[in-house]
Amino acid sequence: MEKNVTLVALFAALIAVLGLVPQIMLGFGVPITAQSLGVMLCGTVLGAKRGGLAVLLFVVLVALGLPLLSGGRGGLGVFSAPSAGFVIGFPFAAFVTGLVTERLRSGNLALVAGAASIVGCVVVLYAFGIVGFSLIAQKTLAEATMVMGVFIPGDLIKAIIAGVLTAALYKARPASVLSRA
Amino acid sequence: MISLTSPVRTRAHDWPAGAKLVGLCLASVLLFSLESPLAQLAALVATGVLYALGGGVFLRTGVKRLWVLWPFVLVVAVWHLVTGEMQSGVVILMRMITSVALANLVTMTTRLTDMIEVLRRLMTPLRALGINTRAIEIAIAMVIRLVPTLILKGRHVVDAWRARSKSKGNWRVVLPLAIMAIDDADHMAAALKARGGLVSRSGRD
Repeated sequence: MEKNVTLVALFAALIAVLGLVPQIMLGFGVPITAQSLGVMLCGTVLGAKRGGLAVLLFVVLVALGLPLLSGGRGGLGVFSAPSAGFVIGFPFAAFVTGLVTERLRSGNLALVAGAASIVGCVVVLYAFGIVGFSLIAQKTLAEATMVMGVFIPGDLIKAIIAGVLTAALYKARPASVLSRA
Repeated sequence: MISLTSPVRTRAHDWPAGAKLVGLCLASVLLFSLESPLAQLAALVATGVLYALGGGVFLRTGVKRLWVLWPFVLVVAVWHLVTGEMQSGVVILMRMITSVALANLVTMTTRLTDMIEVLRRLMTPLRALGINTRAIEIAIAMVIRLVPTLILKGRHVVDAWRARSKSKGNWRVVLPLAIMAIDDADHMAAALKARGGLVSRSGRD
């Protein structure tokens, strides 16, 4: 019980840190934030239930007014902005990512976690994000997909990285990778 | 961890947080039902006046926080210029800015402690279902305390990388950071257990 709570809290903090320490991701020469990488890791490492809870905790803290989103954004305005769908979709994305990782127990962890991140944090998350944008900016779903699709390649790269990192974490701290424990 | 509450005290800081949140919900619903550009303009101006009532510093902070919307404003503006549907574009943009500004206004005039109190009250039905909300409250406090610590550790990891490499550090630094987070979680779980753990004390709440 205690271990679950502290892991959930620490991973919620990790999502925030990955969004706030931008120099971490300059390796590609593209200033993309690592925040969604944090959401992926919550799912692939903590599994569906705890990973989803960690991300939900993060989103609740953003709503309460803490500047934890990338670029120091936060507060209730985040949920009225055209990108609201992504923030609301974060916990669901982590849940699905965790679910896929847990179901494919036997496969190579790097591949499984990478694929799970694509399903959860690209397919599911963009479904939320695109619906949100189309509602707030009043565009059709196809038009919203065109606008938001620009960011998909970056997230595919992050999903591959999430897979590699999850496998490395499993080697280093097998007992804490709850999706496999 | 600094919250986004405005340091400039306004009268709205003393209003009950729950009432402000209900008001925000109603205002947002109303905004999305208004289709006339004049009504949207009136709402935008009224919101501006609300900010101005907080004084110059408050107004400037509010405007600065809206600046993050510029990519969306640009996309929608260009879109409607190309398609020629100017009126709907103007309505969409004004509504977008007003609804975000109103939501930010509630965040700016409500202290974090008041927000957490609202959350506590909203979680009451969860307690009735037997869910340990004390664990949720402790987790919230932990994240607020841990983010600055973990940021500091992240900087150390990046510095250590730079001391050894010509590059500025890349995704690989996430691994030691995540391992540190996991180890901290272990230590904190042990410390929590040693202090009596997270046994639900629903009888005392």
